[in-house]
Amino acid sequence: MEIIKVKDLAVSYMGNPALVDLSVELESGRLIGIVGPNGAGKSTFMKALLELTPKDRGEVEVFHEPVKKNKKRIAYVPQRSNIDWTFPITVIDTVLLGTYPLLGLFRRPGKKEKAWAYECLKRVGMEAYAKRQIGELSGGQQQRVFMARALAQKPQLYLLDEPFVGIDMASEEVIVQILKELKGEGKTVVVVHHDLSKVEKYFDDLVLLNKTIIKAGSVHEVFTREYIMQAYEAEFQFQSFLQEETFQQSGHAEQM
Amino acid sequence: MEFIQAVMDYAFLQKALVTSVMVGIICGVIGSFIILRGMSLMGDAISHAVLPGVALSYIFGLNFFFGAVISGLVAALGIGYVSQNSRIKNDAAIGIMFSTFFALGIILITMVKSSSDLYHILFGNVLAVRSSDMWITFFIGVFILIIVFAFFKELLVSSFDPTMSQAYGLPNKVIHYLIMTLLTLVTVASLQTVGIVLVVAMLITPASTAYLLTNRLSIMISLAVIFGTLSSIIGLYYSYIYNLASGATIVVVSTIFFLIAFVFSPKQGVLWNKLRAHKQRVLSR
Repeated sequence: MEIIKVKDLAVSYMGNPALVDLSVELESGRLIGIVGPNGAGKSTFMKALLELTPKDRGEVEVFHEPVKKNKKRIAYVPQRSNIDWTFPITVIDTVLLGTYPLLGLFRRPGKKEKAWAYECLKRVGMEAYAKRQIGELSGGQQQRVFMARALAQKPQLYLLDEPFVGIDMASEEVIVQILKELKGEGKTVVVVHHDLSKVEKYFDDLVLLNKTIIKAGSVHEVFTREYIMQAYEAEFQFQSFLQEETFQQSGHAEQM
Repeated sequence: MEFIQAVMDYAFLQKALVTSVMVGIICGVIGSFIILRGMSLMGDAISHAVLPGVALSYIFGLNFFFGAVISGLVAALGIGYVSQNSRIKNDAAIGIMFSTFFALGIILITMVKSSSDLYHILFGNVLAVRSSDMWITFFIGVFILIIVFAFFKELLVSSFDPTMSQAYGLPNKVIHYLIMTLLTLVTVASLQTVGIVLVVAMLITPASTAYLLTNRLSIMISLAVIFGTLSSIIGLYYSYIYNLASGATIVVVSTIFFLIAFVFSPKQGVLWNKLRAHKQRVLSR
């Protein structure tokens, strides 16, 4: 059964199209990778799912309803770069933020929420750092804390934007392990990913993206030379164009 | 002692003290959010932008409270509109809007009132606080504390990680303008004690001092309140004893607290950082 259904989605930034005619359905209970070249609109796609960026047209349904109705059942782990790391907040309080969506207005996190946040922190192996300020951690540790925050929200659907960028191997393994466990619990996990080498190891399904869907389906269906070439075509052409440029320039140099 | 005796004896000094303390408290609370959201310049702008509202309220015989809030919010909306709908960056938009509003305010006030009134609005005149002003400050203070207490969770998450708060459905824009509204209220409350020009110091300096001393938002707010209150009391004391401008004296005291924290803060202080760096060098030698 599909959990995310996107129809004819188009998004643009300042008149430049970022996503065009994008239609796709994602199955629930799977670990899904979104892969494509730089500037293919992977993060934009994820933001559009959450209405974090305005869309020009198209429809997005999550859990068979407009996203608006189900935002609290989705946990989003954004790229780490948008966070103010000097903010006066401890690791455990960061995880506690994950309980806010379910608490709603005017209710404060109590003993129950705090115990639950601690449990989530334990699951990512960061409980020893509970009282530290968030900026004192390494990149991988910070990402694990944000994973714990997502867990604390008890969502049905996890959206992670480039979670493995700039983090250590141990943290990456911890997070991948948890994502696989979540799938085992029937949750759906969608990950924007840029490292083609691990695609087959990590994901069940794959969405190959370059402004629009190149191909979506199970990994062995999508992760073929043909489709990859098609998605990364522009990049290959650009590279060969650069090589020609260099060649011509050196040619000029010889003439002079 | 002389000061305490004077406070006991003179009602005007009691009102001055109570009002200053209340201003110290609300500035500490709102100031903490202002500096964490990177809106210090915005705070400066909004506090200046209330001036035409104050003048217009005077012309129409209203309490300056209403005019100030409206003109502060119009400026906040104007800044947002200009920076979102042109290539003008946010700080330039702030500069344009607040100087324009401030200039308009000066023209209006000098048209209808004397320049000494202008002086008092700009720089405060805490010893001339009337009972009605004191009550306005009190009600504004209570209102602000209730709002911050009720929405603490939402203020915290939208300040720390606006992407997350938007993702789970919080209205970030509404929260932004809520803070702008609270900011204009703080400015109105502070008109008498520190005046428009120096409100921003009371917002930013005690909160920044607190920011250097703790890693938890709730403690930071409490410390900011304590520094704001102490600055108000000590500043008022010196201003009374040596006959100094009250607002300016309060601000200078708050700066002294800041400097002490800046040098001696155990985690962030310049002194310990230098010592730690020195130790590192010695060890690595």
